[in-house]
Amino acid sequence: MKRRSLIKAFTLSASIAAMGLSWSIQAAETIKVGILHSLSGTMAISETSLKDMALMTIDEINAKGGVNGKMLEAVVVDPASNWPLFAEKSRQLLTQDKVAVVFGCWTSVSRKSVLPVFEELNGLLFYPVQYEGEEMSPNVFYTGAAPNQQAIPAVEYVMSEDGGSAKRFFLLGTDYVYPRTTNKILRAFLHSKGVADKDIEEVYTPFGHADYQTIVANIKKFSAGGKTAVISTVNGDSNVPFYKELANQGLKATDVPVVAFSVGEEELRGIDTKPLVGHLAAWNYFESVDNPVNQKFVADWKAYAKAKGLPGADKAVTNDPMEATYVGIHMWAQAAQKAGSTEVDKVREALAGQTFKAPSGYTLTMDKTNHHLHKPVMIGEIQDDGQFSVVWETEQPLRAQPWSPFIPGNDKRPDYAVKGN
Amino acid sequence: MFRLFLTLLLLLLPLASQASEGEFFLTAKPAEQARLLETWAAQPDAGRLALLENLRQGRIGEGDTRKLRLNNRLRGLIDNALASHQLLSEQSDTRLAAASQLQKSAQPAQMAFLDQRFAAETDPAVHAALALALANLQLGASEPAVRLAAVRLLGETGDPLARTRLEALLQPDGETDAAVRTAAETSLAQVQRKLLIGELLGQAFSGLSLGSILLLAALGLAITFGLLGVINMAHGEMLMLGAYSTYMVQVLLQRYAPGAIEFYPLIALPVAFAVSAGVGMALERTVIRHLYGRPLETLLATWGISLILIQAVRLLFGAQNVEVSNPAWLSGGVQLLPNLVLPYNRIVIIGFALAVVLLTWLLLNRTRLGLNVRAVTQNRNMAACCGVSTGRVDMLAFGLGSGIAGLGGVALSQVGNVGPDLGQSYIIDSFLVVVLGGVGQLAGTLWAAFGLGIANKLLEPQIGAVLGKILILALIILFIQKRPQGLFALKGRVID
Repeated sequence: MKRRSLIKAFTLSASIAAMGLSWSIQAAETIKVGILHSLSGTMAISETSLKDMALMTIDEINAKGGVNGKMLEAVVVDPASNWPLFAEKSRQLLTQDKVAVVFGCWTSVSRKSVLPVFEELNGLLFYPVQYEGEEMSPNVFYTGAAPNQQAIPAVEYVMSEDGGSAKRFFLLGTDYVYPRTTNKILRAFLHSKGVADKDIEEVYTPFGHADYQTIVANIKKFSAGGKTAVISTVNGDSNVPFYKELANQGLKATDVPVVAFSVGEEELRGIDTKPLVGHLAAWNYFESVDNPVNQKFVADWKAYAKAKGLPGADKAVTNDPMEATYVGIHMWAQAAQKAGSTEVDKVREALAGQTFKAPSGYTLTMDKTNHHLHKPVMIGEIQDDGQFSVVWETEQPLRAQPWSPFIPGNDKRPDYAVKGN
Repeated sequence: MFRLFLTLLLLLLPLASQASEGEFFLTAKPAEQARLLETWAAQPDAGRLALLENLRQGRIGEGDTRKLRLNNRLRGLIDNALASHQLLSEQSDTRLAAASQLQKSAQPAQMAFLDQRFAAETDPAVHAALALALANLQLGASEPAVRLAAVRLLGETGDPLARTRLEALLQPDGETDAAVRTAAETSLAQVQRKLLIGELLGQAFSGLSLGSILLLAALGLAITFGLLGVINMAHGEMLMLGAYSTYMVQVLLQRYAPGAIEFYPLIALPVAFAVSAGVGMALERTVIRHLYGRPLETLLATWGISLILIQAVRLLFGAQNVEVSNPAWLSGGVQLLPNLVLPYNRIVIIGFALAVVLLTWLLLNRTRLGLNVRAVTQNRNMAACCGVSTGRVDMLAFGLGSGIAGLGGVALSQVGNVGPDLGQSYIIDSFLVVVLGGVGQLAGTLWAAFGLGIANKLLEPQIGAVLGKILILALIILFIQKRPQGLFALKGRVID
């Protein structure tokens, strides 16, 4: 009896060991990539679709045979719009799951929170959203826009004749690092254009702010003093009550245009856009851009959303950060292929000068030194169907200036990535 | 035959010229389009009205599918040109709307035309509106007498633009005539006074509106926490269920009864009440009733329930916000003063909040159920001795509180976001209101909600939204320190 149980135990443990062995062989055949986007909380409105877009891109790469003959395996975590949790989850991805690369973050505060973790553990993060610059880490690749690739061209546009020749500027933002820094840069830029401080008003609201009555009333009051444009860096779902209040208080785009840096097709899904026609957004890509690469990109995404039964799949839209996610993952895969390895240092080297034919209609290049993409800038107007129509765009992609020349002291910064700044 | 042909030709002629103007506009460059619109605005022609109306829709003719690319500058010029043309209309209200548009946008080139219309106008209201539109332009006239009349007229309005124009006139290098200068100063003071009134009324209104939202959010809690004493952390989720019920009603009506979609918020009210009250009663029977008298466990259990409800909604509807649109009668607003617009949705919500408070008060003070609820909350054992089924009353009272929260959810869906986290953003405010007002007091909740709303809106313009919120919180803490029982306290030995 005893012997039998011993034999039983032995075979059991042997089979477990064999299973473990086969599992580890399986594991060796895939490359793990982390996806770090808030799937709940105030940022879920923007970030959930980035997670889905990352999964679609990974499927696409796997369908073409993966990277270096290995399949990609996504590890999805939910940091729940909770900034310290971003750091914890990224540490978990890098040390426990041992991912080769992480695609994630939206708000700058979440990126600032994970940055020390990535620098300490020598991880690799692809950050897909437009941001305020003032950062260039060797462990991060920035596939969204720097201020000179979004904010400054947008303000130049509203100052131009076609944009309405704005003379006064109401800078409205959510209270955190991205809006504050962007507005600091914009203020310096406006000063350089001869706009006085009395013609610039800066207002901030907390995350998730829902009562915009006072602010809209103030915008109205401010706009009586001359042609005004609102430069909005409001983030997340606060945009819905803001735009609703604008429409209800009868503030039209012809009187006071709002230029938003964080409102895209995805955010507009929650709003009736008929009263908002004419308000502007500045990005590096819009779903309405007409070219074959984008047509395929949009069609693929709609098909993917339908196949996976994503909520609201019948109204699935693409937007700029989704495109930046898509471009980022493909560039990483190309670089890993080129380097013949997923080791961070080798991939980083291979990424410099990598090019990709992007849905924006341009061939985008990863800069040789500064870890940012060269991107075209487009200004779009909100249409009644929730899409944007491009009213202005640059002739070619611009090189990013993460260290904005409008912030004093930045002229001494090196133009290559250095840890810890 | 020939005559018929001639009349046909004559009839077609304006049509043809209009079509060609449209074609020309479509192919012109933006700068050229702008110039064209400016000329049209200065020399209106009744035949062009249809074209301008089409341009405003982003096309050059009805059924023409070619997309016209407009920008904000062109849209503004189209509005201005259209208003110019509408002055030729037969309807006096169309002319009135056109004249008020022109008060904002008229250019000096249009002055001759406006003068002519002003002389020909018979309707007194339109006449007055045109006089103002003209006055704006006459500030730049060469004769001091004309300028003086214009300045005096502008003083009569409370228009924010009039202030800017008068201020520009009063610049050191502006007006040279002393008489006009003095008149401008008086007018400016007049305008500023009117603007100040509008501003103060606006602030008071937004305070009332915020207060009504807080009231709706907190009223349910005033019953579940205030009367029953259950620290109900799942209260916010009852608001959320109400908002999602609104969304469901909207979706179902869109699919099955598109005719009734205009009134979906009204249909959503009973649905939301039933859903939240049902969930509330189920919770009370299954979980909360076992925990009466154990506040800490109740707090943890209801918090757990709130997480479960959030996650359930997230699984059913997705983590993203859902779109709840305002029906037409809740969109837009009414313009009371030139610088005061009251949005319809907020007016309706203020009225609705007061109606709900009134109904709740009547229910608690004028019905048998209310009597039982009050009896049970004041002295459970004595009420039971008198034959009140306390368990049933607890359940109904909890259901009532939850149902009222559901009603609040319907209202919140009309001003804010509808997402799984909706409740989380209101739960703290709700507790603040109830505690500040005094636990167990409906009137206290009412005063606390409006007080907080108005205080918040008075502080916000001075110190900003972020600091304002912090300061309010600090003030409440200080207040509770001084007066732990809240604004209104029950007198006597009713609270054990």
